[in-house]
Amino acid sequence: MATIIVEVMLKPEILDPQGQAVASALPRLGFNFAKSVRQGKRFEIVVDGEPTHTQLAEVEAAAEKLLSNPVIETYVVKVEK
Amino acid sequence: MRIGVVTFPGSLDDSSALRAIRLAGGEAVPLFHASDDLKEVQAVVLPGGFSYGDYLRCGAISRFAPIMESIIVAAEHGFPVLGICNGFQILTESHLLPGALIRNQDLHFICTDQPVTVENTNTPWTRGYTQGQRIVIPIKNGEGSYQASAETLAELEGEGRVVLRYADKNPNGSQNNIAGITNARGNVVGVMPHPEQAIESLTGPSEDGLIFFSSILQSLVAR
Repeated sequence: MATIIVEVMLKPEILDPQGQAVASALPRLGFNFAKSVRQGKRFEIVVDGEPTHTQLAEVEAAAEKLLSNPVIETYVVKVEK
Repeated sequence: MRIGVVTFPGSLDDSSALRAIRLAGGEAVPLFHASDDLKEVQAVVLPGGFSYGDYLRCGAISRFAPIMESIIVAAEHGFPVLGICNGFQILTESHLLPGALIRNQDLHFICTDQPVTVENTNTPWTRGYTQGQRIVIPIKNGEGSYQASAETLAELEGEGRVVLRYADKNPNGSQNNIAGITNARGNVVGVMPHPEQAIESLTGPSEDGLIFFSSILQSLVAR
C-alpha cells in the first residue's frame, strides 16, 4: 500500500483569516516564533501497491477538479511509502 | 411562470425561496439535487444553506449533483439562474460566475440586516429595481468574503457586472464591497444577501427582496 498526498493551500495573494487567527493566538500562549501562519488542507489517499502513472494522473485531475479550487488555491501531489 | 428551487442535502432556505416565488405570483416548483430533471421550469433559484455540510469547500460537492449538470448546460444557453448565499458559492464552484467566496475576514458568522446598493438593473432578476437603489436585506453566512483576481475584478467593474454592493460598511472583507455579481450574458446572478428573507414586513427588515422574484416573472412575460 502507498499513500498519495494532496496538499492544498490558498494562493499567497488570497487573504487567510484562519491562518491569521492562529498567528495571533500563538504569542498568547508564549510561542513567539511565528512571523506569519497560513493554513491549508492535506488529503491522504491510500491505494493498493505502488501508485501507477495513470493513478497519479487521475489524482492530479481530481485535485484540479474537486480537491482544490484553482481560483483561490494551489495543490501539490506527492507519494508517501 | 414556473420557477424552480433546488433542494440539496443541507439546504435551509429552499422553502423560503419557494414561498417568495408564490408571493410574487409565480408557480414555485421544488427540484431535487439527485435528479437531472428541470421539470420544464423557466428559471431556477439555488437557495441558501449548508449543502453537503459545507464539506471540502462551500458548494464544492453540490456543484457535481445531477441537477447542476442540467443547470450548467442550460445556463450557458441563457437560462436564468439566481444563486443566493450557498447558491452563490455553488455558482462560483461551477465556474458559472468568476471568483470565490472565502471565510469572513473576522471569522465570525454574520447575521444582520444589511444595506446594499443595486448597481445593475439589466439582469432578469433585478430589472424591477432602480439603478443605485438602496435596499435592506439580511446577510447570514460565515464564508461570504468575495475574492477574485485583479483582472477579474477589473472585468466585473468595467462591464458593470457588480449587481449588489455593500453600502455603509463592508461586513466581511469582500473585495470592492461586492455582495453580488452576474455573468457576461447577464442571466446568471449570485448574491450573498438573502432577498427571500425580506419579502414581508412581519418577518423581514423590509419587503425589498420581493423585487428579485417579481423581476424574474416580469422578464419571463416579456420574452
